[in-house]
Parts: sequence; C-alpha cells; structure tokens
Amino acid sequence: MTIAEYERAPAVASADQQGLAPRLLRIWKTEPGIAGWLSTTDHKEIGLRYIVTAFAFLIAGGVEALIFRLQLAGPNLHLLTPEQYDQLFTTHGMTMIFLYAGPVLSGFSNYLWPLILGARDMALPRLNALSYWIYLCSGIFLYAAFACGFGPNDGWFNYVPYAARAYNGGPNIDFYALGIILLGISTTVGSINFVVTFLRLRAPGMSINRIPILAWGTVTASAANIFAIPAVSLAFFLLWMDRNFGTHFFDVPAGGQPLLWQHLFWMFGHPWVYAIVLPAMGMVSDGLPVFCRRPLVGYTAVALGTVATMVLGFGVWVHHMFATGLPNVSLSFFSAASIIIAVPSAVAVFAWIATIWNGRPVFTTAFLFFASFIVLFTIGGVSGFMTGSLPVDWQLTDTYFVVAHIHYVLIGINVFPVVGAIYFWFPKFTGRMLDERLGHWNFWTMFIGFNLGFFPMHISGLLGMPRRVYTYADGMGWDWLNLITTFGSFVFAVGILLLIVNVVASMRRGAPAGPNPWDAPTLEWSVSSPPPPYNFAVIPTVGSRHPLWEGRVPPQEGDSKSYVEGGMVLDHGRETVGTSPLDAEPGIILKMPQDSFAPVLLSLALTAFFAGLGLHIWWLAIAGLVGAGLDIFGWLWPERSLGETAEPANV
Amino acid sequence: MSWSGRKYAVSDTVFFAGAMLGLCCGAAQAAPLNYLLGHGDKAYPVVALTWGVLLIAVAVIAIISLLVAGAIWRRPGIGMQAPGTRLELSGAEGGALWIWIGVGVSSLVLLASVVWTMRVLADVTSPSKRAALTIEVTGRQWWWQVRYLSDDPARIFATANEIHIPTGVPVKFKLIGGDVIHSFWVPALSGKTDTIPGQTNETWMEAAKPGTYHGQCTEYCGVEHAHMGLLVVAQPSAQFRAWYEHQLQSPDPVGGQQAAGQVDFNVHCGSCHAVRGTDAAGVLGPDLSHLMTRKTIAAATLANTPENLTRWISDPQGVKPGALMQRPELSDSELAGIRTYLQTLK
Repeated sequence: MTIAEYERAPAVASADQQGLAPRLLRIWKTEPGIAGWLSTTDHKEIGLRYIVTAFAFLIAGGVEALIFRLQLAGPNLHLLTPEQYDQLFTTHGMTMIFLYAGPVLSGFSNYLWPLILGARDMALPRLNALSYWIYLCSGIFLYAAFACGFGPNDGWFNYVPYAARAYNGGPNIDFYALGIILLGISTTVGSINFVVTFLRLRAPGMSINRIPILAWGTVTASAANIFAIPAVSLAFFLLWMDRNFGTHFFDVPAGGQPLLWQHLFWMFGHPWVYAIVLPAMGMVSDGLPVFCRRPLVGYTAVALGTVATMVLGFGVWVHHMFATGLPNVSLSFFSAASIIIAVPSAVAVFAWIATIWNGRPVFTTAFLFFASFIVLFTIGGVSGFMTGSLPVDWQLTDTYFVVAHIHYVLIGINVFPVVGAIYFWFPKFTGRMLDERLGHWNFWTMFIGFNLGFFPMHISGLLGMPRRVYTYADGMGWDWLNLITTFGSFVFAVGILLLIVNVVASMRRGAPAGPNPWDAPTLEWSVSSPPPPYNFAVIPTVGSRHPLWEGRVPPQEGDSKSYVEGGMVLDHGRETVGTSPLDAEPGIILKMPQDSFAPVLLSLALTAFFAGLGLHIWWLAIAGLVGAGLDIFGWLWPERSLGETAEPANV
Repeated sequence: MSWSGRKYAVSDTVFFAGAMLGLCCGAAQAAPLNYLLGHGDKAYPVVALTWGVLLIAVAVIAIISLLVAGAIWRRPGIGMQAPGTRLELSGAEGGALWIWIGVGVSSLVLLASVVWTMRVLADVTSPSKRAALTIEVTGRQWWWQVRYLSDDPARIFATANEIHIPTGVPVKFKLIGGDVIHSFWVPALSGKTDTIPGQTNETWMEAAKPGTYHGQCTEYCGVEHAHMGLLVVAQPSAQFRAWYEHQLQSPDPVGGQQAAGQVDFNVHCGSCHAVRGTDAAGVLGPDLSHLMTRKTIAAATLANTPENLTRWISDPQGVKPGALMQRPELSDSELAGIRTYLQTLK
C-alpha cells in the first residue's frame, strides 16, 4: 500500500465486464449471520435499520398520543392521573421530535445518498454505523426509563425551574437529560458524515448545480445540526450538573437564570425544526417531478431557498420566547425575521405547483402524498406566519393553535413526504412494488384522518384551549372540537396501520419492480433493485441533473452526456472515488474500511457510561468510559489496508 | 384555468372566509377563553391584527389549494402504469414565472404584515394614559397570589385568583415567578406574559366595559397546570372603589359557634392561609380574608358554593390531584365549623 495506490490511474471498463460483479461482491459483501449483522458498515443496511427503528418509535409515540387523546375526548375525564398524562405527552413529544422525525430522514438519506450521488458508501462508513447504534441505544435508554415509570414529565422542551430537582425530585429528568446528550453524539457524527460525503463523494461530473435536492436538504440540515446540537447538549449537561452536583446555572436563589435554558434550548430547537423538514421537502422536490413527467421547475431557486431557510432559521429562536418579558424592541427583530422566513418557503411551494402545472401527473400513491403535502405545508406555514406576528403570538402561544401548527409541520411536512417516499423508494429497497390499491386507501385514510384530527386544533386554540392540560372544564366551548380531534387521530392511526399492512404484504408478494419502475431520472434507478452491496459496478460519470432522462428532456447549458454503463472500476479492495467539492473533478481513490465491531462496542460502552451516570453506579460509568477509550484506541489503530501505516522510506 | 374559473375561485374564497368568520364569532362567544373578541384599548388593535393575519392565512390556504387542484386536474391525468413503463416526458420551460409572481406577491403580503405587526406593537407596548393602579401577581403552583400595591403600606392588601379592576383606565401588572414559570393570560384583555422566578415582568390591560373575564396559566407548570385559572372582574369606577375599600378592611370578628370554627381553622389551616386580623397568618396558600366575595375557589376550578367549599376542604386531592394543599385530619363537626367560619369572611 503506497501513496501511488491512491493516485493510480484507475482501470476503466464496462459495468457488465465478465467477472467484475462477483469480484466486487466478494470485496463488499457483509458476512452472513449475527457477526455480520453487528459489524456491517453497508449504508443501505444502516439506512433501513434507521427507517425501521424510527417507525417503531413513531408507533410507540402514536400509541401514547391515542391514549391521551382518549383522556381529552371529553371534559373532566379521569382515564389518566395528571402524572401519567404528563409523562405520556412529554414522552410523545420526545419520541416524535427526537427519535422519529430526525432519524427517519437520516435513514432515507443514509440509504439513498451514495446511490443518488454515485458512490459506493458514505464517506465514513464506520462513523455511519456508530451513528445508528448510538441512536438505537439512546432510544432504548430513554424508553427504559419511561417503562420504569421515570419518563420525562416536563414537556419536551423541559423548562427550568420545573425541571430542577426542587420541583421535580425523581430521576425522570436525569434520564431525559442523559439520553438526549447521548443521542446528540449520534446526530453529530451522522451530520459530519453527510457533510463530508456531500463535499467529497459525488460522482465525477456531479457539479454543485446537478445535485438532487434531497442531498441539498440533508446537507443543509446536517450543517445546521453541527452548530445546533452543542447548544442543547450543553443545556442538558448544565441541568444535569445542577440536579446532581449542586451547580447553579439555572438555580434562581443562587443567581441562576431560567431564561438561559430557554435560549440554549431554542437555539437548538428552532434550527432542529428545519432540520427535520428540509430533507423531507427535498424528497418531494426529487420525487414529485418523476410523477409529473418533467424536471423540477426552478431547481436553482429551490436549492438556494433550502440553504436560505436554514440560515434565517438560526435567527428566529426567540419567537418561542415572545412572552418571557424580553424588551419589545429586541423581540420585534425576531418577529420580523419569523415572518420573512416564509419567503424561501414560498419559492418551494410555487416551484412544486409549477412543476405539476407544467407536467402531466401520474396518479400513483406517492404522487398523492407529495401533492397533498403542498397543501399541508401551506397550512403549517401560514399558521407559523401567524405565530411570527408578535402581538398575535402573545395570544396564540401555548394554546392548541400552536399544537395544530407543530403537527401540520411535523406530520404534514415530515410524515406525509416520508410515507410518499416509502411508496417511491420501497421498490428500490426491496425489488418489489407496494400495492397501489391499498396505497390509495392508505393515503385517503391518512389524509382525512389527519385533517379531521388536527385541523380542529386550530379552532380550539383560537377559542383559548391551553396546551398541556390533562383535562378541561365543560362550558369552555371545546368539547366537540376535542371529540372530533380524538376521532380523527384514530382514523389517522388506521391509515398508518394500512401502510404497515401494505409494507409487510408487499415485501413477500409485491410485483417485481425492476431497476427503474417509475422511469425516474437519478442514479439510484440505474442499478438493480435492491442494489448490490457495492452499489455501482463502475463509478458513473454525471453530465446533467437527470442522467437517465438525457435525450428525452431539453439539456441545460453546459450539460454533457452521463455514463452509467461504463467507468472507473476500482476493485483493489473497498474503494470509491473522491471528487472536488464544487465541480466534482475526480482527484483521489478513497479506501473504505472493512466491517467492524468497533462502532457497536463503542455504542454499548457509551451507553453503559451514561447508564452509570443516570443510576449513580459510578463503577459502571467508569467501566463504560474505559471501554469507550479502549474501543476508540482500537478503532483508530492504523490499518495497513487503508494506507494508515508509515510509508517505506524509499518511496 | 379560464377567466370564469378564476372568478369562481375568488368568490369561493370570499364565501369560505365569510363562513369561517361567522362560525368563529359564534363559537367564540360560547368560549370564555377565546381571543377572537377583545374588550379594551390593548385588546382592540391585537384582535384586529389577529383577524387580519387569520384571514390572510385562510386566503393563502384557499388560493394554494385551488392552484394545486387546478394544476392536477386541468387536464386528464395518467393512472398507475406497469413498473418500468416509459411515459412521455415534458421539458416545457416557463415555470419560472410562477415563482417570480408567487414569491413577489407573497413577499409583499409578508412585508405588509411586518409593518402592521410593528404598528400594533407600538400601540400596545405601553398604555397611552397613566395607569390607575399597579397590581402584583405572583404565579404559584397552582394558584395566583394577587397584591394591590400602594405607596402607603397601610393600603396594600393581598387576595388570590380574582382580580378586580376599574373599567376605562389602564391597569399595570407586575408579574413575579413564585416557584416555577407560569404565564399570566386574560385573553379578552391582553396576551400572555410569563411569570418567571428571578425577574419581574410587566404588562398592562384595560377593560372597556364591565364584565367577568376568564384567565388561565398557559405555561406548563406541573401536575395541576390544567386547574390554574383566574378571573378578572372589571367594574365601573365607583363599584371598584367600594370593593377596594372593603378589601382593605379586616373581616368582622366572629363569635359563638363560628368562633369554634375559627379556632379549628387557625389550628388546621392557619400555617398556610391568612385571614387578616386573626392568628391565621400563613403565606404558603391564598389569603382568605374576604373569601366569600370571590366567585370561585381553588384557582377558578370550582364555583364558590357551600357544597364546593366542603368538598374542597375535605378532599383537595380529589378535586386537584397533586395540589399542594393536603387533606386535613378533620372530624365532620370540625369540617362543618371551619366551613361555617369561612362563610363569615365576607
């Protein structure tokens, strides 16, 4: 292994060259059995695990919601005690925000990125595995506490002083704090991986103006996470110190500041909202045009709008704090920014409408989800616009209007695109089509159930119903609205159930999909379904935004021909090509690591560390920390096959 | 879409907005915590702005929905095809105009909304007239402590969960966080301001006409967050004065059977509750000096009736599970005595 190995002129061949596929399979295949399952670094395997795990949490969070919707179905009901209600609504929020909405998009991006970018894996495959295992461990960690009756009970944004030990004496908040810090490690390493992959692993020729919008959405969200996650991890760490070691960061009698928590939390929280919708918007921007039989209108504007939303998204966090008594002059800036941030979203909305208008829709289930999303996105957007107006928000905030808003954002802009994306990419994942007849039932049940359940929340909010109340008196004007909401939420749940039925049934019995069932334009559809472990037998070369539609749609200025049938072979071990950040000029052959147990072991060690801290079992914490140190030591030990050992002096 | 189609879209939108308006007004009158109808100098500009942005929102939803529907159904669509079918593609240019016009119009509406927002903000930040009085409100788990402030210490008094104000003049509030964060909200008169430990927030309100206005804590504050209401009673100036002077007095001394009840009250309740002029001087719970002048008990959870008083005293955890008021060890006769005594606190 020498430097020359990275800079050698790679062999070029046709993708169906005799013997190439079996050779690559031998190089890239994960060992069968439990050992392979624990050590794999295949981004497709990791991506699917992310999606399945996130859906498991979606179901858990959904069941929690159904239980407390029964409690709220009528006034003065006593199905749940206040403490049970508080743990349920908090765990519901924590689950949906932290354990479903972000990770499910990481799952799609993990699976799809190397395929749409034309690479053989993510830039840092072991980090990718680590990111998944820590996510799984933190989810189990948080749910173990919940199962033992120590779920968080202070709302997902966990305001102090109610979260301080003086008012919340149990271990509930400690587990919440530690679980979220642990999850933050997962999100951070995952985000770094996306950014590096975006900058360096795009196929030769996939210049910055040819990247699918999904990748723009995810990289924007990831870059934001790298800046946003430290704020929330710090906040939870300081709180944990206050609660366990008597520090005074938030301790009012000793001069601590409750608003410090709110600033730190929302500096994370608001960018996070965009991080869990921008990749989903990207899915629609890439998926919708396929079913309109034309390229996306306004590609450049949509890509720039994605980035602009995120940049502005860092300047609006105080709109969650309009009622905290900050001076009106400073609040007014945040109010104006919160209204103006709708402009880049308007770009996307009109681009999608224009795409449908100027195309010819194909009424697939995926199309129904993507097209209806535009309306749900608009509803969630305009209710956000209303809350951006400071004097109006003094009324709206902390009422059910905000609950309606957040659900139109999270379900409308995350769940609907995600389910559409399942219908769109399931054939790629499994090689089989989802059933379309059941799909239409699935869509209409979800769409009607969702609007029936969540639209009335706007009205109960305008009629003054405060959020986070475990019950309400009669005579407040909210009875019927709540009954409808509860009914609608159960209809929506039936819709999700139909999706699961469809997925399970179609995995076995679905019609065979072939490589490109939708006649879609991007690189993932050029390989078999499901794709082989090495993704591409030869590295594709990209000459336009839609390599598989070339010759069928008018070319853009500067377009050239894409090659997917022939290209660089790269079969000296696990290899892919590294390209330059802007123009994607190939520059180096990247050596990819073998499967490894280091990520799963590191996750277990870190979980033991955090469990030790939470349970005050100090030997366990120390053992976890030592284990993690040893694991990282082994992980970073130079490997000859990766060229990490010293070069011979004579080279 | 043809021109006539466009006209229908507009009239549909107007009709829809009108229907919404009627529905909301009707529903709002039956909902005491609604904020679509306001009553005072601080509320009026905010209510107008709320309706304004609400109608903009409804119009945007209607327009976008119609555009999406129009885009989908303006020509026959195509059904699901067999996997791998290569349908014809279109590369028609010209979509960019949608973005220019759509974003242009949106930006103008958004900018106008910002300007309107700032104007309303300037109007409601502070009252245009001098405030008639300053009331200090402390949010506590799960009730509101209310003190009427005065430069003369003898004219300061405390009450709880029911705030009386004179009509037609601004009233200033100092908001204090007693334990955790709460949010002080009387929707018909003013938006929310949090009560946060370690800082004093201020707000003001003005009631244009007499009435009883409902309020509620709106920052999640623990298990009984749901039962942390309050009432604001706006009265013409003379009536308010009379109420105010009465509240300043200590309640009349009691005798006979009621005196026994007072002794039991002082023993069992006096370490948390205060009744001015007696040995009961607790500060943890609401001041009960003129309890019977209040319309509700337990932070606007129950109407102030003799039955409810008995229920609340004998089983606070049944009414508000988790409330900090514990169930006292009382015999039936002690309970009746305490209630009888409380009923003298007029």
